[in-house]
Amino acid sequence: MSDKSPKSPFAAPSRRAVLAGGAAALTASLFTPKALRAADYPTAEVNTTGLAVTDDTVTIGILHSITGTMAISETGSVQAEKLAIDQINAQGGILGRKIEYIQEDGASDWPTFAEKAKKLLVNDKVASVMGCWTSASRKAVLPVFEQYNGFLYYPTFYEGLEESPNVIYTGQEATQQIIAGLDWVSETKGAKSFYLLGSDYIWPRTSNKIARKHIENFLDGAKVVGEEYYPLGHTQFNSVINKIRLKKPDVIYAIVVGGSNVAFYKQLTAAGIDPAAEKPIVLTISVTEDEIRGIGGENIEGAYACMKYFQSLENENNVAFVKAFKEMWGEDIVIGDVTQAAYLGPWLWKAAVEKAGSFDVDKVRAATPGIELTSAPEGYVKVHENHHLWSKTRVGRAQADGQYDVVFETADLVEPDPFPEGYQ
Amino acid sequence: MMTNASNRFLSRSELIGFAVLAAIIFIVLPVMLDTFRLNLFGKYLTYAFVAIGLVLCWGAGGILSLGQGVFFGLGGYCMAMFLKLEASTPENTAIQSTPGIPDFMDWNQLTALPVWWEPFKVLPLALLAVVLVPVVFAFIIGVAMFTRRVGGVYFAIITQAFAAILTILIIGQQGYTGGVNGITDLRTLLGWDIRTDEAKEVLYYVNGVLLFVVLFAAQFVRKSKLGRLLIAMRDQEDRVRFSGYNVANFKIFVFCLGAAFAGIGGAMFTLQVGFMSPTLVGIVPSIEMVIFCAVGGRLSILGAVYGALLVNWAKTTFSESFPELWLLGLGGLFIAVVMAFPNGLAGIWAEQIAPRLAKLTKSGGASVPLPDAAKSPAE
Amino acid sequence: MFSDYSMSELGAIFAMQGFAGLILFSVFVLMALGLAIIFGQMGVINMAHGEFMILGAYVTYLMSNFFADYMPALFSMYFFVAMILAFIASGALGLFVEWAMIRHLYKRPLDTLLATWGLSLILQQIYRSVFGAREVGVSIPDWMMGSLPVTDLIEVPINGIFVMVLAVSISLAVYILMFKSVWGRQVRAINQNRVMAGAVGINTEWTDRLTFGIGCGVAGVAGAAFTMIGSTGPTAGQLYIVDTFLVVVFGGAASLLGTIASAFSISQAQSIMEFFLSGSMAKVLTLLTVVGILMIRPQGLFALKLRK
Repeated sequence: MSDKSPKSPFAAPSRRAVLAGGAAALTASLFTPKALRAADYPTAEVNTTGLAVTDDTVTIGILHSITGTMAISETGSVQAEKLAIDQINAQGGILGRKIEYIQEDGASDWPTFAEKAKKLLVNDKVASVMGCWTSASRKAVLPVFEQYNGFLYYPTFYEGLEESPNVIYTGQEATQQIIAGLDWVSETKGAKSFYLLGSDYIWPRTSNKIARKHIENFLDGAKVVGEEYYPLGHTQFNSVINKIRLKKPDVIYAIVVGGSNVAFYKQLTAAGIDPAAEKPIVLTISVTEDEIRGIGGENIEGAYACMKYFQSLENENNVAFVKAFKEMWGEDIVIGDVTQAAYLGPWLWKAAVEKAGSFDVDKVRAATPGIELTSAPEGYVKVHENHHLWSKTRVGRAQADGQYDVVFETADLVEPDPFPEGYQ
Repeated sequence: MMTNASNRFLSRSELIGFAVLAAIIFIVLPVMLDTFRLNLFGKYLTYAFVAIGLVLCWGAGGILSLGQGVFFGLGGYCMAMFLKLEASTPENTAIQSTPGIPDFMDWNQLTALPVWWEPFKVLPLALLAVVLVPVVFAFIIGVAMFTRRVGGVYFAIITQAFAAILTILIIGQQGYTGGVNGITDLRTLLGWDIRTDEAKEVLYYVNGVLLFVVLFAAQFVRKSKLGRLLIAMRDQEDRVRFSGYNVANFKIFVFCLGAAFAGIGGAMFTLQVGFMSPTLVGIVPSIEMVIFCAVGGRLSILGAVYGALLVNWAKTTFSESFPELWLLGLGGLFIAVVMAFPNGLAGIWAEQIAPRLAKLTKSGGASVPLPDAAKSPAE
Repeated sequence: MFSDYSMSELGAIFAMQGFAGLILFSVFVLMALGLAIIFGQMGVINMAHGEFMILGAYVTYLMSNFFADYMPALFSMYFFVAMILAFIASGALGLFVEWAMIRHLYKRPLDTLLATWGLSLILQQIYRSVFGAREVGVSIPDWMMGSLPVTDLIEVPINGIFVMVLAVSISLAVYILMFKSVWGRQVRAINQNRVMAGAVGINTEWTDRLTFGIGCGVAGVAGAAFTMIGSTGPTAGQLYIVDTFLVVVFGGAASLLGTIASAFSISQAQSIMEFFLSGSMAKVLTLLTVVGILMIRPQGLFALKLRK
């Protein structure tokens, strides 16, 4: 199939070959239903917009920070995306074409993200991009994707308030992640008073805004007793810990990120507020298994995290995913919520492309709503009209070994609602 | 003859230097590069504005500011505020709870435009602010520091603290500034779409022209009595003071000038890149701007332009091919420039290449060796 | 502001915030001592100071793994071994850097600033290649965790006490080295008059190298101590650099006592303000106050002599 000449027997297959190929496809479909043949999808038809698609390859972009402060967080996403691409290629690729990728480094710098996004779209003509992590990097590349009609799969849970035709949000938006967790802690733990805490930027602030509205308007008799923000990279939390001790809240709702996270939990434990004692309960939406490695399991043991995926999920998909991930990247690796969401990106794109029968962005976009993945490690997911995913929300309890013990999951998929009424 | 030549606004070799740079910026680069790469070089050139200011402050004046990103950012933010207001028409922002204000304000529950944003609705005021805000800021810092004879290392560290303060402020006050995301999604300038390829090319040329305006201004300062006094101050500040000059005022002036240049560069950055964010204000970009200047040659304004182009080009290229090696390369560059080539590219040119060229052509164009920055005390 | 709290709570607030301020003070002292030695005595600006600290933190990380794997019985004591090794590792790297780089740049303080910044970038990349981009978790012996209850409201974290004890002992050690040892006399002699010091037979070159090495070594110990309260990652060192420099400059560069006094006043101011304002604003106000005071009094709190 590597022969690109139009006279190749594969370009104009004999009847017999078609039959055989059809039979092969049929047999294959029983086991790996997505194996399609490039010959059935001539390049001229699946790519009418000049994307980097050849008769046997299609090129996509990976755009994350390899260097700089965000490299810590984004490494997992890159690994997950590469794993998904490898697996898709092993199954025969997309429309019979192997995925090749061009990886660019955003260097934790938003202008660089915009620059590299433009390079990927304009120079490399990539068919889609898996990338970005922080909201700031997404905001920086968004105009580029909209101007050049690119297609971005964005893996991180984020603050919502956005719905771009050129982005698929494979992580949860804020209401999906927050509300279920607050309801849970209120119902099962009877929590009445909450202390909101965050790093000082848009995601924690918007998330806390939604949390505050929900606590004050929807939870019976519950109130917010404090709200506090510290600069990114802040490492001294003794003052806020003292305040928490005085206010005696039932729940510390913490959205601290990055290096601050490590400092916060170490100091919290050292100050005698043991999350395991649940006095107060520590509930976070920003600590995945990745972060626990830096914090140290013993410092956060007993805290609750609310997100859609934990490495310890026991369904078949996830067991296979974790196994494959460890085979590729080493036994020591841990997988967090965002890593799993990043893994969904290539698969969702593959499903959309195959549904559309084309790599063209407009057709893929049109085909995207309603795409379902039954093979997702988190379980069943489905793409909403608003380009976010329907997904379940789960609460996990941190353990000393750095894993979460899943204590709760929503009965149904939670509908994504990036512009929530009543929470603005 | 020599004194005559050095008193002229541009000596013959300098004239050639300017002409070559003009040819590169206005002819060679546009011919060689597609719009995407040209736009990138346009972005690099905005850093050259800062580097030229640093040549005056640091190379000539001996004042090393590690806070030039502050002025670059202030200029850029002034421009971005105007563009953001223009992009935030009630129609474009109909989905918000308060249409007509920038999206990030709406997300932060602001229901009206803050008063201090009002002037940025008018382009002339915004353009004025691009220069004036950094200058006023620099003036305040300059008066406080230089009249108290703070200099050298202390000045460097305090300007660095300013970079840290402004970054924390911008990120913390996100309802007013866009926070860590910065001010994004800028679209039009007086109705003219700045995102199209044609606009990018036009902006590149505007940027080039402005760069030359700044270059000529810097050259004028260098050739004036002020320029010579600055060098005298750098080498022997006390003697200049004892000669009856008010050293502080000269320093304040040149620091403000550097801030104005940086502000213009920042505004052009916003226009060409389409957004402004606090990552361009902080400590790291401020120090990187110093390295542009050091690589080009801290005494040469033309060198500063080449330095900004070269380092940024290397950064883009390296990080495309070997992202993991980029920091090693940049770090090595810092060390190499300081240890081996204190006069940067301009020094290599003046000491190595120019004399050989002169020998080859035998034109006898006596090259004036650059004063050795390394041997002159920097404070 | 105060009306939300009762009198006894207010008392507890001030006690606990005062203590939080003391911990912050110890952190500042540990960060700044190494820099104060290098900057104050040699006039060298070491922008890679944070990376020397992180080297100490990584050494601690390696030792914690080593003890956990091979000598679990002694795990509770590993921290002391780690601190000594951190001192040796950072100190050795400091000696090398001085020999390879700094000694060529003594007359160009602004250039050392750039060169050491370059060094910090290189070190960061090396850490990233060796230990990975992710933060590493350093496990702390159990006896260093938890807190001592003093009253119902007031509790004192043990690792805070440990950091304080460490800060005091290192300050004392540096003081003795500086003012009682031969090396200290030589350093001070060189600082006062390099030519004369050389003329009376002091090996100025070696003294400089040793000074730089000791300064870096102290930074390594600080880094080891910070694994208890902060994060250990390739870029964590940069978080400390502005604070550290301001502490040293604010104190008056050449004065160790000044460094300690300035660390005390900055930390107390910040921790009291943090209680009543948001964390971000407290930080901004603290920095602004320090910069403002430095504008009025550029020589810092304690100046041994005015300018050069």
